[in-house]
This record gives sequence, C-alpha cells and structure tokens, in this order.
Amino acid sequence: MSEYKGILVFSEQRDGDIHPISFELLGKAREIADKKKCEVYSVLLGYQMREKAKELIYFGADKVFLYDHPLLKEFDVINYKQNMVNLIREEKPEIVLIGATPLGRSLAPRIAAALKTGLTADCIDLQLDENGELIQVRPAFTGNLIAHIKTSTRPVMTTVRYKVFKARERDLTRKGDIVEKEVEIVEDVGVRVVRKESVEVVNISDAEIIVSGGRGLKKPEDLKILEELANLLGGVVGASRPLVDEGWISKDHQVGFSGNIVRPKLYLACGISGSPQHLAGMRDSEIIVAINIDPSAPIFNVADYGIVGDLYEIIPKLIEKLKNRKRGVKG
Amino acid sequence: MKDFHVVVLIKPSPDIEKVKFDTVRGVVDRSSAPLEINPFDLNALEAAAQIKEKLGGEITAISMAPPMAEPVLKDAIARGADRAILLTDKRFAGADTLATSYTLASAIKKLGKFDLIICGEKTVDGDTAQVGPEVAEHLGIPHVAYVSRIEGVSKERLLVVSDMGVPYLMELRLPGLITVTKDVNKPRLPTLRDKLKARKTKIEVWTADDLADVADVNRFGFSGSPTRVVKAFVLTEKKRKGVIFKGEDAVDKLIEVLEREGILR
Ligand SMILES: Cc1cc2nc3c(=O)[nH]c(=O)nc-3n(C[C@H](O)[C@H](O)[C@H](O)COP(=O)(O)OP(=O)(O)OC[C@H]3O[C@@H](n4cnc5c(N)ncnc54)[C@H](O)[C@@H]3O)c2cc1C
Ligand SMILES: Nc1ncnc2c1ncn2[C@@H]1O[C@H](COP(=O)(O)O)[C@@H](O)[C@H]1O
Repeated sequence: MSEYKGILVFSEQRDGDIHPISFELLGKAREIADKKKCEVYSVLLGYQMREKAKELIYFGADKVFLYDHPLLKEFDVINYKQNMVNLIREEKPEIVLIGATPLGRSLAPRIAAALKTGLTADCIDLQLDENGELIQVRPAFTGNLIAHIKTSTRPVMTTVRYKVFKARERDLTRKGDIVEKEVEIVEDVGVRVVRKESVEVVNISDAEIIVSGGRGLKKPEDLKILEELANLLGGVVGASRPLVDEGWISKDHQVGFSGNIVRPKLYLACGISGSPQHLAGMRDSEIIVAINIDPSAPIFNVADYGIVGDLYEIIPKLIEKLKNRKRGVKG
Repeated sequence: MKDFHVVVLIKPSPDIEKVKFDTVRGVVDRSSAPLEINPFDLNALEAAAQIKEKLGGEITAISMAPPMAEPVLKDAIARGADRAILLTDKRFAGADTLATSYTLASAIKKLGKFDLIICGEKTVDGDTAQVGPEVAEHLGIPHVAYVSRIEGVSKERLLVVSDMGVPYLMELRLPGLITVTKDVNKPRLPTLRDKLKARKTKIEVWTADDLADVADVNRFGFSGSPTRVVKAFVLTEKKRKGVIFKGEDAVDKLIEVLEREGILR
C-alpha cells in the first residue's frame, strides 16, 4: 500500500477550457502534499491542450500527465475512464481528487468500480488524521448529517464540491513537467454526444448575488420583479423547486438538493419557506437575507437578516429605493 | 424478436421530512420513519413504465434492503413493475457504494437478460449518485447520467438529454444504463387496480447464497466496502446574525446593512 504516493488531480475541461474546480483542487492538493511531503500530479484529457496544461503547473501541480487525442476533446465516459485507470495503475497515486461536477460524478464511480477502490462523493472538506490518512468530510441525508469517511483501499478517491476550496494565486514562476502519455482509444463505446443543446443557461453556481423566489409568488409573471431586483443588485434569479416543477422558470435556476448548490456573497430568499431540501443548496451562502410573511418560517433560522412581511410590498419598495440611491436621491 | 427487458433499481429510503436524528449520538433513528421508494427512483419507475408502453416487454424492480422493505417493492409493482426482487441478507449489510453496486450488478447478471437499467439520480439518504455508474462499470455497459429527457426509444438505442450543467443530446446503445433526474417525467399515482395487483404479486427474496454462482461473496456488505464512516454528526447550522427588521423603515435598514456588508456600492 505504501507504494502508492502523491496526489492526482483530475483536470476537467469543456470546449478546451479548464473548469475552475480543477484549480481549487490543486490548491487543496498542494496543501495536503506539503504536509505529507509528496508530489501533486494533474491529468488533463483533451485535444491540443498543451498550452493550457501549463496553467495546472502555475496553480500548483508538479507534473501534468497529458492525454492528447481528437476523441478526447468531448467528454467520453468510457475513454476517459480507460485512460484514467491506465494512469492510476501506472503511477499509483495515493489520493485521487475529482470535481463533484456532473461530469466528475459520472466519471469517478466508473474509475473507482474498475479499480475496486473506495469513492467518497461530494466532499466539503478534506483533512489529515494523526497518521496522515485522509479524512473525507461529506453531507448525507439530504444535508442533515455530516460524515467523516476513511478509505482502506488505494487510491483513496474523492469527488469534491465546487467552491469549497480556494485556488492559489497563479504563479508563473512555478516549474513542472508536462508528460505526454500514450492514449488508449476504445472503439465503439456505445455512447456518443449527438449535439450540445443550444439553450441559454444561467450558471447560478458562479453567481455572487442570487435573488430567489418561492411559492410565495402568486403567478409566473411576478418573477419579473425579482428579475428587476436582481438586475439592480448585479445578480441572477434563483428559484425553489415548485416554481421549476410548475414550469415557471427553467431548471438551471433551481437551488437545492435536486437543483444547484450555490455559495454566493448574498442569497436573498423571497417567499421561500426554507425546507431541508432547499437549505441543502444554499446554506453555505455568505450572507442570507429572507423576506417572508410568516415569522415562523424555517428560513429565518438560517438568515443573517430578515424582513417579516409581504414580498409584494417589500420588494417594490426595495427596488424603488435602490433606483433612487443609484440616481443619488436620498430617502 | 425477444421481449424488451427493463431493470429499475430502487432504494427503499426513509422519508427525509419525517426521519429523526439523534443529535447526541450523531445517528439516524431509522425506526422513526417508514421506508418508501427513494423519490428519484419514482421517476426511474415512471420512465420504465413509459418505455414499456412503447416497446412492450417487462419491468423488473430490484432493491437491496432489509426484509422490512417488502412493502416498498409492492409499491414498485403498483407503479408498473411486473416483477420485484428483494436482495436481503445479513451479509449484504454495511455496504458502501462499491459493495452495493457490486451486489446489484451480480443480481442483474443472475437475471441474465436485460436491455436497459434505470436508476434514480441519487438517494435522499446516501446522496452519492455513485451506485448507477458503478453498476454500469461492473457490467461493462455504457451509461448516461443525469438524464432529464428521453427523446427516443427503440430496442437498440436510446436518445436522451443529459443535464451536465449544459444539456447534451446523447445516443446510448443498448444494453446500457441511465440515471434520471426529477425533470424526466411526472410519476403517476397508482390506481386502486394497480394496488390490488401489487397485493397479489409475490416479492422474490434473494440472499447472498443465491448470488454465489455469479459473484464473489466477499465483495458483498461490510467486508466488500473500502469506505468507513469514522464519525458522524447532525449538522448544526452555522451561527447567523438572525436580525429581523420590522416596521416602516425595515427596507432602509436592509439597504444599510447591504452597504455595510459591501454588497451595495
Ligand atoms: C427528493 C426531493 C428533492 C427536493 N429538492 C428540492 C430542491 O432542490 N430545491 C427546493 O427548493 N426544494 C426541493 N424540494 C421541495 C421541498 O421539499 C419544498 O417543497 C420546497 O422547497 C418548498 O418551496 P417553497 O419554499 O417555495 O414553498 P413553500 O414551502 O410553500 O413556502 C412558501 C413560503 O412563502 C411564504 N409566503 C407566502 N406568501 C408570501 C408573501 N406574499 N410574501 C412573503 N412570503 C410569502 C410562506 O410563508 C412560505 O413560507 C425537494 C423535495 C424532495 C422530496
Ligand atoms: N440499495 C439499493 N437498492 C437498489 N437500488 C439502489 C440502492 N442504492 C442505490 N440504488 C440505485 O442507485 C441510485 C443512486 O444511489 P446513490 O448512489 O446511493 O445516490 C438510486 O437512485 C437507485 O436507483
């Protein structure tokens, strides 16, 4: 088991761009590696990405394994898995970190099952115990329970939630090797991308300010006032699940257990009761503000600031005052 | 031509709204809420039922759970499954996702025939979303996760939209596996007739011994599980300020704090 050394970070790319979670994972990997006195590796699968691979070194990798092939340009779960399995068998990292994005959560279990190793999902923290073993911290039971998990097999595999770790400063003086690996292509994998759907989606998990609406809204058109408020604050509109299920707003706006997990600077919940499934998606926001007519609504238990009242009175007032403030008018 | 066979994997899970947590010991009081079909697996069953309406054939529901989960499988029958298998044995207990997926995959191997496996996106108690793709790997078949729409079905392939942050239209050759999100359909409620049919249908029970000819029994349950929970505790909410503004100037006060917090500049 001791032959397993180092930390391997999977670098997710889409359309040739590296997902920011890859840099966050490198930051955390660097921190753990410095304690364990081991190296940080990164792996990048894609096409013509040699230049981008350097970024992984600037953000903390000592060595980057590059798999370059036209068929790796798009996410192909079987070929990604096959090459990851080959790499892990050859290099024997002790720890493998993968972003808990939809791509990462589709890929990681296949790798873990192929290697017959343990995999811990959607971690929100990683620690080392006194023996230098990895403790993986993750929510379970729809976010009601926090579990600390250890893995007895190697490598220890973990998917990590977006935005829980900070990337390091990009350091252009950092040096490292880019090692080009031989690509294995499995022909006829049985699954293929027909096309990327050309719909506009909001990337709500990247938003700094979210104005969310719930069943306190009476009709779909009323989302317009939330939109106006979000625009004034420089943010985007979010929603609780019922509004999405009713077809008032598209799924990419949904916050919660079966929607998106968000961590904005400001989360403004309007007419949202604060169910466990909703809290699972937004409880780690920096500042939570709630507007709700019911003083006993559970959302107030997690709010930094709250206004008890009718959103149909409060929000128009807020909009008006914010507009005046922009124009430099007081009051 | 042979009948089209869909396998739906169903996790009997506690109703999260009702289940009680023991804050002192950091454990879940599993007796506090009855087991029900994991909500996302209702979407999986409905997807299977809709496919059967198009292609005919048969639906088998499989669960790995304690014996008390039998009513959950009856419910699966009422919601469209023709046959239900409960994998239950002390040797299955303590399974993590690797052991769970291996056990479920072994049961599917034992069944012998399948064209499509449908799972829910994730469970409300495990929250991992790992079991589906792991089952696909054990069986050596392709999968598509986070399916939010089924565009087309034939006996050879499936055309689906996979919600990977951005939606992708994907083609999956069968046999294959999909995991479905709640957006894929609206599960129907079972009718009285469905419930009567369910009452009459016998739930098949399989133990570890029943799988011994297709599997390595050491890979089941606790012994086959490389991950261990070393500590668990009930989440305590982060301390928040909890300042409530009331009255005429509530909005002004909110604007003030937003300025102070650096949100408004
Ligand atoms: C498996 C599963 C997954 C789920 N996933 C999610 C998820 O991802 N996200 C999610 O949000 N939910 C999710 N849910 C649903 C969740 O359980 C709740 O049903 C939902 O969050 C409630 O939405 P709400 O707060 O908008 O509505 P309600 O609970 O109905 O609350 C509406 C609130 O509006 C207030 N209100 C009414 N009128 C006004 C007014 N004029 N002014 C101000 N306040 C007003 C009321 O006091 C009330 O508190 C999930 C459920 C399950 C079973
Ligand atoms: N014990 C089980 N029995 C049957 N199916 C399961 C079991 N555990 C998980 N699944 C299936 O795998 C999906 C994902 O579960 P999980 O990985 O626990 O989030 C569920 O929605 C089910 O379809």
